[in-house]
Amino acid sequence: MSVQTWTFLLVAASFALYIGIAVWSRASSTKDFYVAGGGVSPLANGMATAADWMSAASFISMAGLISFMGYDGSVYLMGWTGGYVLLALLLAPYLRKYGAFTVPDFVGDRYYSQLARIVAVVCAIFVSFTYVAGQMRGVGIVFGRFLEVDVNVGVGIGMAIVFFYAVLGGMKGITYTQVAQYCVLIFAFMVPAIFLSLMITGTPIPQFGLGGVDQASGMPLLERLNGLHQELGFGPYTSGTKSTLDVFFITAALMVGTAGLPHVIIRFYTVPRVRDARISVGWALLFISLLYTTAPAVAVFARTNLINSVQDVPYSSVPEWFTKWEDTGLISFDDANGDGRIQYVGPESPLTNELTVDRDIMVLANPEIANLPAWVIGLVAAGGLAAALSTAAGLLLVISSAVSHDLLKRSLMPEITEKQELMAARIAAGVAVFVAGYFGMNPPGFVAQVVAFAFGLAASSFFPAIILGIFSKRTTREGAILGMVSGITFTAAYIVYFNFVNPGANSADNWWFGISPEGIGTLGMLLNFAVTMVVSRMTHEPPEEVQALVDSIRVPRGAGEAHEFSM
Amino acid sequence: MIESFSNGQEGVQHSVTDQGTAARHAEYWRRNIRLLGALLMVWFVVSYLCGIVFAEALNAFTLPFSNFPLGFWFAQQGAIYVFVILIFVYVKLMNDLDQEFDVDEGEGA
Repeated sequence: MSVQTWTFLLVAASFALYIGIAVWSRASSTKDFYVAGGGVSPLANGMATAADWMSAASFISMAGLISFMGYDGSVYLMGWTGGYVLLALLLAPYLRKYGAFTVPDFVGDRYYSQLARIVAVVCAIFVSFTYVAGQMRGVGIVFGRFLEVDVNVGVGIGMAIVFFYAVLGGMKGITYTQVAQYCVLIFAFMVPAIFLSLMITGTPIPQFGLGGVDQASGMPLLERLNGLHQELGFGPYTSGTKSTLDVFFITAALMVGTAGLPHVIIRFYTVPRVRDARISVGWALLFISLLYTTAPAVAVFARTNLINSVQDVPYSSVPEWFTKWEDTGLISFDDANGDGRIQYVGPESPLTNELTVDRDIMVLANPEIANLPAWVIGLVAAGGLAAALSTAAGLLLVISSAVSHDLLKRSLMPEITEKQELMAARIAAGVAVFVAGYFGMNPPGFVAQVVAFAFGLAASSFFPAIILGIFSKRTTREGAILGMVSGITFTAAYIVYFNFVNPGANSADNWWFGISPEGIGTLGMLLNFAVTMVVSRMTHEPPEEVQALVDSIRVPRGAGEAHEFSM
Repeated sequence: MIESFSNGQEGVQHSVTDQGTAARHAEYWRRNIRLLGALLMVWFVVSYLCGIVFAEALNAFTLPFSNFPLGFWFAQQGAIYVFVILIFVYVKLMNDLDQEFDVDEGEGA
């Protein structure tokens, strides 16, 4: 069978599976819709969290980014896993004990203020839309290349699928679909990685292969790659070019952002008990780390393969995959010196580089570059779609619950019935799907970069408000609101200025303290912490019942099920 | 961050009717904070110190039984393994602490 047939087959089979699960697990109440009825097992929740979390950025872009960034790519690896430690230790158990439906629910009640609730709703919607844009672009890339359909048609198909199970099943449908999607995506990621590891280093475990020996040259693989980099005028792979301070700040922004992302936090409302919330963060990170420790190995294998298969090869005899990807415009060759051969060299080389490779294709093209069987290539397409769709669905749920629950039920129209609220949630999810689809058809930049900004925004808005809400009883309404507003405004302004207003100035010389827009969320977070703490000391301490609420979330006993909190 | 933890101790409201229970909860919370502090210290050391600040210096060494430069290994592999272990250690110790202070949720849902 051809690659095309395999791809159709595997993608169609996985879609049928998701739809089947959605029909089986329809939501019948708002509780089903928002928190899957509150009875998900910790292991299933861990798996669903992993799929929710690992997006098109993790599956499609991350290994590619690392492949081109070398050591500097570590910011994504540590940043997108270290946040789970914060989540497990500082947030998940307490938020589960509190037992709300959404993040703005907690913020609104803890800070005894509708204004705080609204600020949190706006932050949640803003962060989620930034993030979802990246997912839809990922869906478009996969469809465009593997199924050779128009990107817009691809995004349309993706929208239809997500619409179906998110609108119908709510959190319940999403949770069980995500369990299936995790299995699909991890299998699809591991199979080519194992093949590559065997081919290049002779060991089936990619994590060991990365620290192993390159079979072709007999040298340690990383040393061999550093050597190739040096020959071609790239910096050494295992050392970075970013400043240490910037790496520090970007890693922190990604970690804290992870812990502050609403679509991740709400997953821990779906388990029955506080201790389940704790252990399910552990399961989630274990499942995530399987992909995250494999990705740097894939990055090195891909990098070595790419250099070996195109560098100094005559353009007339390039492999088939090269021509196919050229059609999508994601790889291009410009014969600057007219010798008919591809010179792929770095900035320190005396020669002119003639090859441009989009980082997003590294994982997708990898199996073809390595000549893996056709079904593996189809599998990767299905995995990329699973990753993008599962994350998009989780985000759409946040947007829909922010509108129907936080905005309508808890703020504007408290008298609506549960049935009306459920209908509103479905309509909001539907509208959100279309907005996300628009972004997919008019994509903004690299997937991983766009997503990286969402973290800065989450880090600088929610994280301090939630942490201080739990760990400092003295934190007041005024402090939290001013903190969130100043944190997210500062961060968004810095990002917008350097990326949209004055992109020409986006270099280390102009950045404050040499901190790039990707890392600025950390500074925004510190600003938020400072503003919140100072303002809190200057304002009236929170009412007694709020302090009692804080006392009660600090002890696990009596968590019960996820519920509406009434004061 | 540390400061905000200790602030949580001030002005404990006795919403819990029983004074003994309140004192027990306060002690439970102190022990919890101490555990968090210790675990977050490890979290910080493996990622920010070994993986970032001292990564270049550690690259002079190789991880035993492999060909990884040590700093690079921490940044792209080691820190992640430690994160996973940290969470499972936390779960074990916290569940024990819950039982010791009789604030656990029991076996039922």
